[in-house]
Amino acid sequence: MAGAAVLGGLTWRVATVTAVVDETPRVRTLELEVAGWQGHLAGQHVDVRLTAEDGYRAERAYSLASAPGEPPAITVERLEDGEVSPYLTETVRRGDAFELRGPIGGYFVWRPVDGGPLFLAAGGSGVAPMRSILRHRRNTMSDVRARLFYSSRTLEDVIYRTELDGEEVVHSLTRAQPPGWTGYARRVDVDLLREVAWPAEDGPLAFVCGPTSFVESVAAGLVELGYASGRIKTERFGGTGGS
Amino acid sequence: MSLISRGFRGRRRDTDADQARVPPGQSVTRDFPVLSAGATPHTSLDRWTFSIENGGVLRTWTWEEFRALPRDPVTADIHCVTRWSKLDTSWEGVSVDTLLGEVEHDAAYVLAFCDGGYTTNLPLEDVTGGKAWVVYTYDGEPLDSEHGGPARLLVPHLYFWKSAKWVRGLRLLDEDEPGFWETNGYHLYGDPWREQRYSGD
Repeated sequence: MAGAAVLGGLTWRVATVTAVVDETPRVRTLELEVAGWQGHLAGQHVDVRLTAEDGYRAERAYSLASAPGEPPAITVERLEDGEVSPYLTETVRRGDAFELRGPIGGYFVWRPVDGGPLFLAAGGSGVAPMRSILRHRRNTMSDVRARLFYSSRTLEDVIYRTELDGEEVVHSLTRAQPPGWTGYARRVDVDLLREVAWPAEDGPLAFVCGPTSFVESVAAGLVELGYASGRIKTERFGGTGGS
Repeated sequence: MSLISRGFRGRRRDTDADQARVPPGQSVTRDFPVLSAGATPHTSLDRWTFSIENGGVLRTWTWEEFRALPRDPVTADIHCVTRWSKLDTSWEGVSVDTLLGEVEHDAAYVLAFCDGGYTTNLPLEDVTGGKAWVVYTYDGEPLDSEHGGPARLLVPHLYFWKSAKWVRGLRLLDEDEPGFWETNGYHLYGDPWREQRYSGD
C-alpha cells in the first residue's frame, strides 16, 4: 500500500529550525530543514523527539503544515500543562535542532487524484494539515473545489489568517467575536454543517481535524447529512494528558 | 544517536504511576482519549450480531445470545500508539477463548472486522489463552459508542488500535493479512514494549 511504501522504515533525522513564525499568541510554525528528507504527502505527520541533557526524552506527533515539495514545517500550539509544546513554542529559536522522523501515515492524506469536492473542517490547530492540503491543491493547479470550515476561539486565535484569506473559508469564532462580526459565532452542529458543507449529492471527500469533541460533532453531522462514512477522514488530538 | 535539545528539561515522568508498567515512549493519562479514523457508527442492538467466519459464517450470536455467554471481568493497562497509556482500566466481556471454543478451526491468524469497515489483524496466539476479550462494559457502565460500544475487542498487551472498536466478528485466516492501520503505515504486530509503532519499527 501507498502508506507502507512511503514509510519504508523510519529513521530519526536531525531537523534544524530555519524560521520561526508567530501565528497567534499561543501558536508558532517552525520551518525545518531535515537532512535526507524524502518528501511527504498532504496530511501526513511526523514524530518529534526532544532529549534533555540527562538523557530524558519526550516524543510527540505533529501534522505537517507545509505542502508536498516544500520543506517540512510544523505548527505547534502551546498547551499550558504541556511538556513538549512549551519548548517548541517558547524556547526553540532559529538554528536549534531536534530529532524528527517521518513522514508518517497513509490514510489522512489527500492527493489530487483523490478528487473531491473537498470539505475540510478544522478546530484550532487542527488547521495545520488543512494548510498542507490547500497549498497542495493550489500548487498543483487542481480544479477540485475546496472549502474549509474553521472553528477558533477568537479572531486572535485564527492561525494562517492572511494565507487563508485567499481560500474559500467559513470561520466560526466560538468564544468572542470582534465588533461587526458577520461569521458564525457558535460551536459546530449539524445545522451549521448543512449551511456550509458541500451537499452530499456532490460526493464530497471530507477531512476533519481538531479536538475530539469537534471531530465527533463534525463527523456525526456529516453522516447525518448523508456523507458516505468512508469519505470522512478524521484526525484527533487533545486529551492525551498534555503534549 | 542522541542530540541534546538545547534548553529542554522535560516534565519528567508521572511520579504516581508505576514506571515499570509504562512502555517506552508512553505517558500515563487519566483521561480516556478517543481516536478513530472516521465517524462513529451507531448500530442498534436488535441488528447487532457477532460472527466467526472463515469464508462462510461458522457461528453467529445476536446481542441477547452474546450477553448470555460467560463473562469475565478484566483489569488491564492499555497503551495507545499516540503515546498515552492508561493503567488499571476495568472492563467486562466475553473471552475470545469462549467464542473460538464454539467452532472447529485450525487458523493461525484472525482479522477482526467492525462497523464502519475497520479491520485489524492478530496472530491467533495473541487472542487465545486469556489474552483477548470482546468487552461491552467499561468501568461498570455500558461501553459508550465513541469508545467502541456496543462492543469492542480488548487485546491489552498490544497497541490499542488492535483493540478494534465496534467489533462485529473475527475472520479466521491461515496467513496474516494486514488490517486498516496496518496497510496505512502502522506495524503489523504492534508490541508496545518493543515500540512497534510503524511499519519497519
